[in-house]
Amino acid sequence: MKNFEYLRPATVPEAIAAAAAPGAAYLASGTNLLDLMKGGIARPDRLVDVTRLPGLDRIEHLADGGIRIGALVRNADLAHDPEFAKSYPAIAEALLSGASAQLRNAATVGGNLLQRTRCGYFYDPASACNKRQPGMGCDARHGENRLHAVLGWSEACIATHPSDFCVPLVALDATVEIEGRGGWREIPLEALHCLPGDTPERETVLEPGDLVVALRLPAGARAFSAHARYLKVRERTSYAFAVVSAAACLKIEAGRIREARLALGGVAAKPWRAHQAEAILTGASADPAAFRRAAEAALVGATPSGDNLFKIELARRIVVRTLSLAAAGTPARIAALPASPFASVSGVLHDA
Amino acid sequence: MNLSISLTVNGVRRDVELSDPRVTLLDLLRERLDLTGTKKGCDRGQCGACTVLVDGRRINSCLALAASHDGADILTIEGVGRGDQLHPVQAAFIAHDGLQCGFCTPGQIMSAIGLIEEAQAGDDPERIREGMSGNLCRCAAYAGITEAVLDAQQTLATANQRRSA
Repeated sequence: MKNFEYLRPATVPEAIAAAAAPGAAYLASGTNLLDLMKGGIARPDRLVDVTRLPGLDRIEHLADGGIRIGALVRNADLAHDPEFAKSYPAIAEALLSGASAQLRNAATVGGNLLQRTRCGYFYDPASACNKRQPGMGCDARHGENRLHAVLGWSEACIATHPSDFCVPLVALDATVEIEGRGGWREIPLEALHCLPGDTPERETVLEPGDLVVALRLPAGARAFSAHARYLKVRERTSYAFAVVSAAACLKIEAGRIREARLALGGVAAKPWRAHQAEAILTGASADPAAFRRAAEAALVGATPSGDNLFKIELARRIVVRTLSLAAAGTPARIAALPASPFASVSGVLHDA
Repeated sequence: MNLSISLTVNGVRRDVELSDPRVTLLDLLRERLDLTGTKKGCDRGQCGACTVLVDGRRINSCLALAASHDGADILTIEGVGRGDQLHPVQAAFIAHDGLQCGFCTPGQIMSAIGLIEEAQAGDDPERIREGMSGNLCRCAAYAGITEAVLDAQQTLATANQRRSA
């Protein structure tokens, strides 16, 4: 690990000033950054430890029915907050399906948004990677790429964003509060991450010094709580990143879908909101035929970036399964294996 | 650059001068405080051998920067028993053969203590297995580990009831 200067500012303005310098990086829990630094993939000159900044570790249920989650709230604390889990069950399920209990106890909400891809070539300094070193080439493009992107990728980069948490968040119109050199601003989470294009090194719209201070969910997000699920296919039972995942949140009245939210994970460099599929579901009868039409729409434009054609059909099936489970109703308690498609629930289509 | 940090480790206050900010909590425990019970397995947050409790919560000490944990209260495997008296989780691991080579065991035990403290799994073996999935055991003593955690949890619950009665 390259040596660095360690700073622990006491206020947000001090942190921004310290982190705006070239080569500086924010440190929260470090569950992703320290790993990257040990491998020589991240080589910051300065770490700005934000863990002691005041006021960023609160979950605030707002008077307008929305919620504001401080960027330093730990993943486990958010998932186990009873009011949060009841109001946003798909988000709680996504959080609990990620990483391990130890990592969830440490990892922060803000860090989860900004975690880096798990592409093996990005993690291997001996491999070519345009994200790590622009212009170097992409060894993943013709390498081991079963798990790489099928949507929004470019010749320069086929990596995926690994977050589970972001998938239901983006479905539910989460926004991100940012403090930076230009003051405070709020952007949709959907606009935070960038698709690779010719500049895969630019992963988010954040500018030097920008600090994510909170996440917000609008008042309408909790109205989906009765029909909200997150499903995630993994290559082992637990403690693995998604091959493909989906979040589905529905409002159903008399068998008809009044409103639908759908997003996919593990398929692109950002959490992938499926707006077209949502439009197809709105007003439709909550049945498998509608779910299959939505799945087709969600994967429009998907193309394999390598040996991953299977992910497109897998994603369609996971969309159908997630919609079918969401329509059946949010379970009273999250299953022992959160987000597992292999948990059997009676009365639900299992062979989609 | 020298960084002075102060930690409480197994109930004892320890003041440490760090000559280098790169020191992880794991390396601080093992190399500076000679508490080698906490193991370095993968050193990348994947195996759980380095699990300790920080302010009562289980974390991977290999992915924790020591400098960032100034003021923290750390519990390691060396601090769980009382003299010759084993912690109920330690005793249960022995009773249920929850180990073979033993390398992952300190991490398993610290993780189990954390899991019981979190009180999310209840007595469901599937939830225990999921809750312990951050601790790998290459000898695959998983069946014994699950039984040990269930048993220790029961022992601790009974002891707590007796105490509050």
